[in-house]
Amino acid sequence: MLNERVLPLIATIVVFVLLYGYGIYEYKGFRDTLVFTNLLTDNAFLIVTAVGMSFVIISGGIDLSVGSMIAFIGVLLAYLISGLGIHPVFAAVIALCVATFFGTMMGVIIAYFDIQPFIVTLAGLFLFRGLAYLINLDSVPIDHSFLVTLAEIYVPLPGRGGLTFIAMAMIVLLVIGMVVAKRTRFGLNVYAIGGDKQSASLLGVPVNRTLVKIYALSGFYSGAAGIVFAIYTGSGYPLAAVGVELDAIAAVVIGGTLLTGGVGFVVGAFLGALIQGIIQTLIIFDGTLNSWWTKVAIGVLLLLFILMQKGIVHFTKRYTEKSVKPEPEAVPVTKAA
Amino acid sequence: MQFVSKPRPDAKTLAPVISLFVLIMGTSLVTPGFLDISIVDGHIYGSLVDIVHRATPMLLVAVGMAIVIGTKGIDLSVGSIIAISGAVTAVLTVNTEWLPFVVMGCALLAGMACGLWNGLLVTVFGIQPIVATLILMVAGRGIAQMITGGQIVTFHSEFFNAIGNGFFAGLPLRVVLAIVIVVATALVLRKTALGLFFESVGANAESSRLMGIDSRMLILIAYVFSGFCSAMAGIILAADIRGADANNAGLWLELDAILAVVIAGASLSGGRIYLGLTVIGALIIQTLTTAILTSGLPAQYNLIVKASIVLLVLLIQSSRTRDFVKSRLMLARRSSHVE
Repeated sequence: MLNERVLPLIATIVVFVLLYGYGIYEYKGFRDTLVFTNLLTDNAFLIVTAVGMSFVIISGGIDLSVGSMIAFIGVLLAYLISGLGIHPVFAAVIALCVATFFGTMMGVIIAYFDIQPFIVTLAGLFLFRGLAYLINLDSVPIDHSFLVTLAEIYVPLPGRGGLTFIAMAMIVLLVIGMVVAKRTRFGLNVYAIGGDKQSASLLGVPVNRTLVKIYALSGFYSGAAGIVFAIYTGSGYPLAAVGVELDAIAAVVIGGTLLTGGVGFVVGAFLGALIQGIIQTLIIFDGTLNSWWTKVAIGVLLLLFILMQKGIVHFTKRYTEKSVKPEPEAVPVTKAA
Repeated sequence: MQFVSKPRPDAKTLAPVISLFVLIMGTSLVTPGFLDISIVDGHIYGSLVDIVHRATPMLLVAVGMAIVIGTKGIDLSVGSIIAISGAVTAVLTVNTEWLPFVVMGCALLAGMACGLWNGLLVTVFGIQPIVATLILMVAGRGIAQMITGGQIVTFHSEFFNAIGNGFFAGLPLRVVLAIVIVVATALVLRKTALGLFFESVGANAESSRLMGIDSRMLILIAYVFSGFCSAMAGIILAADIRGADANNAGLWLELDAILAVVIAGASLSGGRIYLGLTVIGALIIQTLTTAILTSGLPAQYNLIVKASIVLLVLLIQSSRTRDFVKSRLMLARRSSHVE
């Protein structure tokens, strides 16, 4: 089972355990399960976004519109609940439909017009932020007795910790994502497209239809992240979640998914997002470091993981080439370095 | 081949120019006095001058971006480089007695070092450009905040005031500066073979290498140049507000810059550098922004309009759309023949 596909995930788990172990060693507070369950609650929206992003990146694409989508859905939700007085459950369903619709539209443009996902979702980033501004310019509180009941749901765990509603919702969405990726035909198609689009199409994978579904799924997940974020902050704010797309991509990469597509695990996104959360928590616990260290630390971690992936791919390629041909040609990377 | 000095007047190159013209005319109908240019104290004033003045930083970034995109890359870190060079300018001006020229040189070097870093990640480690520059985009603002100590550092310097808001021969100094950089770049690209080399690397890096072009070095140069342009934009932006704001300086400028290059008609899959049209693209975006603001529409329409335009341009550029239209035309022609 120990092959190059699993190695990055194992590295992620090692980093996660090391960081958490350091926290436990250094600070007494880390020993409570409270820190861990707080990580789940505080990073729920990021994890949900990263699950959707996993599918996109495994298929070899990228979705830059997720941060704006979170803000847009949050503002839409606030408008539907506080402005129009719609029950939160219906409002959430409407918001999810809207998010999935916009994701589908981006997918159609990417698949059927053959335009790079990067630039299409960049336009989406503009569009959703603009739509959020259009609905509202200010932060709007979301008040509803139903949401208060949701916020009161709390499953206590030993060690002062406990699961909130959004943490549980996140876990449900994560498990659904994992099952879809590994146990459905759609999930297999996603991996096939990420591995090689041409071969996938020759093998009978409906490439265009799957691409549309992938971006629809990413839209759905970022919409769900928007709802989670709105419940978490209790408001809708058009300037919310700026730059979350980068955090989500970082989470997916740190989680061991290859950016070239075809290789990756949805659960890696969960670990990647938690690692970012731990770094943030450690910096808060330290107290002397400024919050911008988080950004630098995540940037460095991102770099290390990308380099590690490159190294693994490089060496496995060399190894397999050696077993096929007696004398492998010089790999260009080593030549001009 | 496309010469910057003599654009071939075909539909593709004319489209951005005509769009800019229509846009300016349209805006002048809605906003009276839009075309007025007056000379006060020997300085030129007017809405059009204001557009050029405001467009300068984005234009510079777009020129660097055009070359990077020409080599089949992308530079997402320009906003962070702007923040870093602005921070270096502010901190050195406040904390040292160095000459403004030296300070400016340091800020430019900082930007070029960032570009070198991006270039090394792309060439030596073979990381995809989106991801390689993403790292600096994430970490860069953190680095800028480290330089400024997390504060908005304000500074006062005659030299930088002149760069931000001064005039030279009646024109805003920063516009003159941008013109010098753009013209110099155009000359170097088109009067030497360098421009062709960049485009050849963008079209096919491997075959260029086999033809004896040092692809890696050229890609490296492209990113360093983009870093230089962004650093220049950062200096201008910092000089404009007389301070360095590590959080907001150049925020989302990368999107505008990429948009300008796309409007110019350059394919994101590399191989084409349209410097003159990129400048026009940058002016189109700034005119749009100004037009939306002066026409009384809410500012929030700005993002939606930009997004719609980029999607429209992309859909028109898409080969699939062209094939579809062509096949439809063929069908129409055939059916008319039958009748």
